[in-house]
Amino acid sequence: MSYLEYNVKTVPTGLRKVLFLNWALFLLLAAVAGVGFMMLYSVAGGSFSPWAEPQMKRFGMGVAAMFFVAFVPIWFWRNMAALAFSLSILLLLLVEFFGAVGMGAQRWIDLGFMRLQPSELTKITLVMILAAYYDWLDVKRVSRPLFVLIPLGLILLPTFMVLRQPDLGTALLLVVGGATVMFAAGVHWLYFAVVAAIGVGLVTGVFMSRDTPWQLLKDYQYRRIDTFLDPSTDPLGAGYHITQSKIALGSGGWSGRGFMQGTQSRLNFLPEKHTDFIFTTLAEEFGFVGAFSLLVLYALIILFCIASALQNKDRFSSLLILGISTTFFLFFALNMSMVMGLAPVVGVPLPLVSYGGSAMLVLMVAFGLIQSAHIHRPRGR
Amino acid sequence: MKHSPKDVEESARKISRRALLLGGAQVSFMTALALRMRYMQVDQADQFRLLAEENRINIRLIPPTRGLIFDRFGQPLAQNEQNYRIVIVREDAGDVEQALAKVSRLVRLSDEDIERALKEIKRRSAFVPVTIADRLSWEEVAEVAVNAPALPGVTPEVGLSRTYPMGSDFAHIVGYVGPVSDYDLGKLENPDPVLQIPRFQIGKTGAEAKMEDMLRGKAGNKRIEVNAVGRVIRELDRTPGQAGADVQLSIDHGLQNFMQARLSGESAAAVVLDLAEGDVLGIASAPTFDPNKFVRGISVPDYRELTENIYRPLANKTVQGTYPPGSTFKMVTALAALEDGVISADETVWCPGYLESGGRRFHCWKRGGHGHVNLNKSLEQSCDVYYYDIARRVGIEKISAMARRLGLGTRHDIPMSAVAEGLMPTKAWKASARGADWVVGDTLNAAIGQGFVLASPLQLAVMTGRIATGRTVTPRLIKSIDGVEQPSGGGDTLDVNPILLNYVRRGMYSVSNNRRGTAYKTRVAVDEMQMAGKTGTSQVRNITAAERARGVSRNEDLPWERRDHALFVSFAPYKDPRIAVSVVVEHGGGGSTAAAPIARDIALRALYGDVPPLAAYPQNQRGKIGELFDNLPLRAPEAAPTGRSRA
Repeated sequence: MSYLEYNVKTVPTGLRKVLFLNWALFLLLAAVAGVGFMMLYSVAGGSFSPWAEPQMKRFGMGVAAMFFVAFVPIWFWRNMAALAFSLSILLLLLVEFFGAVGMGAQRWIDLGFMRLQPSELTKITLVMILAAYYDWLDVKRVSRPLFVLIPLGLILLPTFMVLRQPDLGTALLLVVGGATVMFAAGVHWLYFAVVAAIGVGLVTGVFMSRDTPWQLLKDYQYRRIDTFLDPSTDPLGAGYHITQSKIALGSGGWSGRGFMQGTQSRLNFLPEKHTDFIFTTLAEEFGFVGAFSLLVLYALIILFCIASALQNKDRFSSLLILGISTTFFLFFALNMSMVMGLAPVVGVPLPLVSYGGSAMLVLMVAFGLIQSAHIHRPRGR
Repeated sequence: MKHSPKDVEESARKISRRALLLGGAQVSFMTALALRMRYMQVDQADQFRLLAEENRINIRLIPPTRGLIFDRFGQPLAQNEQNYRIVIVREDAGDVEQALAKVSRLVRLSDEDIERALKEIKRRSAFVPVTIADRLSWEEVAEVAVNAPALPGVTPEVGLSRTYPMGSDFAHIVGYVGPVSDYDLGKLENPDPVLQIPRFQIGKTGAEAKMEDMLRGKAGNKRIEVNAVGRVIRELDRTPGQAGADVQLSIDHGLQNFMQARLSGESAAAVVLDLAEGDVLGIASAPTFDPNKFVRGISVPDYRELTENIYRPLANKTVQGTYPPGSTFKMVTALAALEDGVISADETVWCPGYLESGGRRFHCWKRGGHGHVNLNKSLEQSCDVYYYDIARRVGIEKISAMARRLGLGTRHDIPMSAVAEGLMPTKAWKASARGADWVVGDTLNAAIGQGFVLASPLQLAVMTGRIATGRTVTPRLIKSIDGVEQPSGGGDTLDVNPILLNYVRRGMYSVSNNRRGTAYKTRVAVDEMQMAGKTGTSQVRNITAAERARGVSRNEDLPWERRDHALFVSFAPYKDPRIAVSVVVEHGGGGSTAAAPIARDIALRALYGDVPPLAAYPQNQRGKIGELFDNLPLRAPEAAPTGRSRA
């Protein structure tokens, strides 16, 4: 349903928009960010520098950006979707040619005041363009092969560019995030079933063929997969990190070792303790109670988003909210699985908690879009 | 684009359905995460907590301070000296090579030292202190300390190292320490973890090795918190160790020094026993070596010099060396025969210069013979034929049994390396060891301490002590441990008739004090200090018939290693025996000329407690003796003994 069919006058205008903001969602976001500040303060050994203070400033900027985006009507953003997506593809190309090399991967463009990671931006713009596409598409055509191929192409284009960087975590988020929008838009479930079946078949084939005359991969590639799946075969590399992470998490116990008392993080046994592994510090210092509370905060954010999507009669808005919230879900679900040893170590930060500028900013803009959809939702008849 | 209202309704329903499906999937995944969290943090928490503690806490051993060794008067023989060294910490030093160059201008450093230090610095973490120079003088350390501002990361440290202030005098008694070797560790079933400390030193020889368990003490430990790269963050707590026990030896360091000096130049051994407690007052083996060289790490040429020396400086001849006792064994044969009643003290044997047995002639050392010989004369003039005769009558088994009662052929319990058992042959022994039957000739040889009979200088001193006192004197080297007096070696009444012992003692008195005695030349001029002794000259080769025919048996004409061993055993004073002395001079020639003078000097030194007065010597010998004493390489009197030094 398009806004043209609704009476635009029922939509709040001017400063009244503030009243129609999804305040509960905002407070939840602020609470999660607050947990982040606390943990960054702790891992710095009880100091606001070098992480907590910049992170707070960025959150402030993020909140400003969120309000700005929220107050702009959602139909403007829908119209901007194609442009935004094209821009992020362009930026990804720029990274390919001019990107700075950090941590062995080309991921960002140095803008001077901040480092922009186009892959972060793409996660949102991809969801935007897919939502706009299904908003435009005739509902009856949604499951036609040709109209399934178009969004598939939109997803795979940035995915391959991100994989080249290489950034496996973001690639995974792009594919699953995009697929979520397609799924929500009503693409026939058989497509998903077929893709899943092919995937499972391929993986099975690769493993079954090992040590047979028709094996599909080279031996060294199998060994890489082994390390990837079972880090303990590489105890000094990724295995060490995941082992230490599990120790930190488990040693937290029921109520934790106390604020700033976590020995694993304080004595540097944890890798990347201010970014990807920050959840372990929380779990070590505040135990199950702390870790579970953060999970509940995240769950509430997801539930508020889904409720907002269900409430919204606008197709673009619903799909956008679902896409963004699922991407957000994937962030923390992957990160937590990783530090708990359930998933391989891929570089996915804990959203709003891990130290990092562009991720924070992009996420706040994304929640701005959700707020805009919430404020400008069609009302009444 | 416009959509039909019906489509819109349909699509909105679909989105809602799928949104709920998505939400459900997400919530179930989060539930799974929560369950996993609960499993790790609640069910397995203890296990992970343990792993975290293991990560963070390291237990470091604190090496115990090694116990000290003193002589009977409290003179330190082995002590722990403060030892200065210089260490460098890479992360504080910055440019390590430049820092080493600066240090080498202040302290002597060889290129080898620098290379070794650089190698170790590279291998270790940046915060680990690496020793660049060891065993520095106070002046050198002061030099470095003064220049500390210009030398970041370079600091002087103090440690303890073992030193032996009496040097070579106690090399064979105290021994020396050295770093733990893989061989040492392999020998032990449950090695003390302290042995794994780098550079930890344990006793290698002598009392240092034998008393190791007492001297080492118990390691303390400290629990420290370390971070992921092993840097020490703080010390959590520490359990102090227990220092090793102090060991007091029975040795008199002054006497020991005198003995070592008196024996210098010879390949010889001497033992002085105190007869009251069995205390070993002096036990010297010459030549000797400086144990301090071994602690510091002996150089290859120095070591080769010690191992290739035909006088065997590393061997402790007093307990490791076994020699045919020669005529010093005659007291044993005499006591066995007297006890058995095959001869009485007054009964005489005719000595024509030889004794025929089984078609062989057994010669007396005096070709013309001694004529009629009774017990006293047989000892005084060391008549061989007398002993051939009585031994043939009493038999080897009884001689051997008497020898054992007098302390020969048994290993005395004394904390020295490789204490020898010696050998007192019996028929059974020969059958099993040599696979041959015992013949009378073997008994005759054994009667005069030749043939199979072997004894160490320590055993000879014990034998003499037992004859002198009539008690089962046993040697005691450890007087006290941490102030606790050790059991006396004074012994109980010897199971030999005192009257018979007295006959033998009188014979020994004649040896040293009768004009015709073999050791009359080395008599003592002061009555209260008179000695009783017995000379011995033991062959190390068989004299061939051709040699005998040529009449060649002058020792001086033979190469050193084929000359006879010279022996002398004695006790003094004769009237109230306080000490027993044995001296063996390897390949020294005659017992009366090579061993007896040494034994007299040592005995008098022990009795007088200082270099003996010339008045104790016969008038005509005083000039020579005075000259000898003036030239003795005695240790200069030490400053007051330093107490325990502990850091």
